[in-house]
Amino acid sequence: MGKIMLQVNNLNTKYITRQREGVYAVNDVSLIIEEGKSLGIAGESGCGKSTLALSLMGYYFSPLHYISGDIIIDGRNISSMKPDDVRKQVLGNEIAYIPQAAMNALNPTQKIISLIQDVIHAHNPKASKKDISDLAKERFELLGLPSEVLQKHSVELSGGMKQRTVIAISTILSPKVLIADEPSSALDVSSQKMVIKMLRNLMEKGLIKSMIFITHELPLLYNVTNDIMVMYAGQMVEKGSAKEMVFDPRHPYSKGLMGAIIVPEAGIKNRKLTVISGTPPNLKHPPEGCRYAQRCKFARTECSIQKVEERNFSDGRMYRCLYSIEEFKEAYAYE
Amino acid sequence: MSNEKAATCLSGKGITKIFGNKKTKTIAVDHVDFEFCKGKVISIVGESGSGKTTITKMILGLTSVTEGEIYFDGKIRDISSHKKKKDYWRGIQAVFQDPFAAFNMFYKIDAVLLDCINMRGGKHLSKEKKTELMTEACGFVNLKFQELTNKYPFELSGGQMQRLMIARIFLLKPKILIADEPTSMVDACSRATILDMLLKLRDENNMTIVFITHDIGLAYYVSDIVYIMEHGKFVEHGSADEVILNPKETYTKRLISDVPKIYEKWDLTTVG
Amino acid sequence: MKNMIKQVFHSPKFIIGFIIFIFMLLTIIFYPLIVRADPLNMIGGLFNKPGTYISVKDVVQTNEYSLKINTVSAKLNSISEEDKKSMADWLIRFGNVKKSEININNATSLVNLWNENYKSTAEQTGLLAAQKQGYMRLNDKIKELMSNADVYIATKDNNGELESKAPLDSQAFVNTNDILNEKTFILGTDNFGRDVLTELVSAMGTSLKIGLVAGITATLIGLVLGLLSGYVGGTLDDFIMFVTNIFTVIPSFILLVLISFSVGQNARGVMLTACIIGITSWPWTTRSVRSQVISLRNRDHVNLSKLSGHSLPRIISTDILPYVASYVVMAFILQISSGILAEAQLSMLGLGPATTKVSTLGLMMNWAMAYKAPLTGAWWAFVPVILAITLISFSLNLMNTGLDQVFNPQLRD
Repeated sequence: MGKIMLQVNNLNTKYITRQREGVYAVNDVSLIIEEGKSLGIAGESGCGKSTLALSLMGYYFSPLHYISGDIIIDGRNISSMKPDDVRKQVLGNEIAYIPQAAMNALNPTQKIISLIQDVIHAHNPKASKKDISDLAKERFELLGLPSEVLQKHSVELSGGMKQRTVIAISTILSPKVLIADEPSSALDVSSQKMVIKMLRNLMEKGLIKSMIFITHELPLLYNVTNDIMVMYAGQMVEKGSAKEMVFDPRHPYSKGLMGAIIVPEAGIKNRKLTVISGTPPNLKHPPEGCRYAQRCKFARTECSIQKVEERNFSDGRMYRCLYSIEEFKEAYAYE
Repeated sequence: MSNEKAATCLSGKGITKIFGNKKTKTIAVDHVDFEFCKGKVISIVGESGSGKTTITKMILGLTSVTEGEIYFDGKIRDISSHKKKKDYWRGIQAVFQDPFAAFNMFYKIDAVLLDCINMRGGKHLSKEKKTELMTEACGFVNLKFQELTNKYPFELSGGQMQRLMIARIFLLKPKILIADEPTSMVDACSRATILDMLLKLRDENNMTIVFITHDIGLAYYVSDIVYIMEHGKFVEHGSADEVILNPKETYTKRLISDVPKIYEKWDLTTVG
Repeated sequence: MKNMIKQVFHSPKFIIGFIIFIFMLLTIIFYPLIVRADPLNMIGGLFNKPGTYISVKDVVQTNEYSLKINTVSAKLNSISEEDKKSMADWLIRFGNVKKSEININNATSLVNLWNENYKSTAEQTGLLAAQKQGYMRLNDKIKELMSNADVYIATKDNNGELESKAPLDSQAFVNTNDILNEKTFILGTDNFGRDVLTELVSAMGTSLKIGLVAGITATLIGLVLGLLSGYVGGTLDDFIMFVTNIFTVIPSFILLVLISFSVGQNARGVMLTACIIGITSWPWTTRSVRSQVISLRNRDHVNLSKLSGHSLPRIISTDILPYVASYVVMAFILQISSGILAEAQLSMLGLGPATTKVSTLGLMMNWAMAYKAPLTGAWWAFVPVILAITLISFSLNLMNTGLDQVFNPQLRD
């Protein structure tokens, strides 16, 4: 096992709504990412993956509140730090975060190089303009971006170029963990490919030590990350390597998700896509037992009553269900 | 030759749409030809800016055609008056991408279904008969009419609204349906439901379905025929297997290679 | 819909504005029922101060009551601070009185010192002639105040000669409840002698009516033109925009003045003024409605309606109108407010409705200015009018802001 970059233990966070009710958005999430590895988080809209990303940064601002759990980045526990300290010491150089549609966050009145200067000066006020410029040029070349972009304004760039620029700027301080939330959803397929290539480049060249990639598109995760984690209603329901998850999922929800993948490849025509009817539970009053029990084809009576813990296996796989592996094999045999 | 023509539901020759005046004109659709055969599922695949939205609007009669002719059921399409437009719309309908934007939020959902009954000439039917028809339509899409009646659009979920759109089509039974990205705003797990319902409509009524999408995987899964659109032109078309598993044009090849794969290795070295 | 109305009535800004407005509306409606006087009746004199006016004859001829009150001290207390300071100043500079002996707060001792030491012929170096005159007038005033000369009531006897009846006792008082002829002017009278308060209430009603009619006219024209030009587009749009642009470029106020002037004094009534104001302020509404409609006409629900075979008028009324309704309501409220202000401006210039038939807020201002009320210190003739205009405008705008926050959630704080 390599050096652990990010370790999360039993993280719980919630949102407080205007009516002062609590929405328990992230519940009992634990994960470990090693140096040089990447983790994909998959799930449908509303499952809590974006909330998890925000929570991992340690940057809690109303209405998001931290309840309990540890977040340890390269040995440093940031869950006990105040938001201001997190902002000064951790964000940018230890953890970098790229939100959804980040390309719209580029300040249109400044040149790209001056935006980079702002980022570097925030952590290292004494850096000289020349050093910054050299670093920027070097980094852009490494990542395959033309250095003319540095002298342009964001309005002059295309969507794909903007997104790649944002990724380059966010990782300029070589953070240990990069959290990318749907970095390519708003782009057309060719720009998407370029973004994916860039992220893989960042990992391969060691410019970032680990990555969390959040998306609802599973084929992307299969091609980008080492491991995939599936989230449902704020909880992790299954985790395993990308290949295992796509071709041999265990949890009924993961199986449903993987069965709904559509790719333009032969063999897809004859497959029957899975259907999961119903909607996720209300997280203001989460159910006691398994949160997926209402929609699960294989649910038994105890599923809705009994609290379901994670089951960890020696090969690194994990799932949260009362069924054992043999019971799954039997149940799925009739599919 | 005549057999093929008989089986064509909708076709177009030299369809063009030009926006703006002579100095600043944009050619959104550039002299395209197409032929949609009865009972088949056709997809038009294109990225944003390819002109697929414009051609959809022209086919539906919502935008005027700058040049070219559209043929419906073998005859030239004539939508010069409001009455003729109404007649045309008895034969062609649409399902839109965003279910919330497609419903008027100030009116109850019953109004939408009643409009469809009226369009099919059911204005003078009794209230009970109308309710029966609406219940049947909702049943087709796995919704209970009793639960939905007298509700406003914002009281329902996205999935329910999208299925209501399909219930509309069930009531109208047009000859051809244009589905504009019907699953892009729907969860992956509910996608199959929508696709299944549309295919069932096709099977039961021999309805031609035209899918407009940017997702080439979806196009391959669901259609018999695929048209690839780029910058206002159809660069390639043919059966789904031909176009996607054996593409001939460079653009099509690039489009397919840019999509992540799971069964084959996804080649990241070539970038568009 | 119901949810939206509930939200509107929970918005604090809307409620405050609404309460102020309803309060004024209720005053306008119920005041004339309680005080049944014609607001245009000229009862008083020129700019009578606010207060209660009692018939002097009635006072003299009614029952007297003797009260053991020192009537002089009340008079002493009526000497203004300014006058007291002047007296103290003179006494120190020219009256050989030491500063320590003077207590400004004790009017009695001050006046006594004054009476002992003031001489108009004393050596007053450094004083201008006018100032010396001023002190002499002050002395006369004090003397008058202090005079204990008896006042007599006299009647004519059979020969037409005055015969004395009785002196007025300085401690004789009357009970105001016994006086039959009294008139209270809470806000005094204006230059015509009209009761300002009654006139003000009637003027608010008239101005509000004008604002309402002007608002309805402008909003209706703006709505219809905006809907047509936005939805139909093409040549109709170009034409309507051309007309709108002309009306925008010409300063509406000049137009207002010109139309008012050309219509002539006699024909200008309340309704005509309101219509004139309405006809010159629709361009703004048209523009906004048009831009909203342009963004709405490409929405999917409009397309769906078309595909369902709805006719053009039906689409405009069911698919476009409800979506712009919230905006139109807000525009209407603003039009009322600006209509009232426009009328005030016009009337101040003398181009509003005729004064003899009706009273409006602007006309009251006009007459107050013409008779130089600010210079003569008759604040009651214009300050309440300004307050009324401000409150109406303020309450309407506040309601509007409250509504805006409900309809546009992004504006909520």
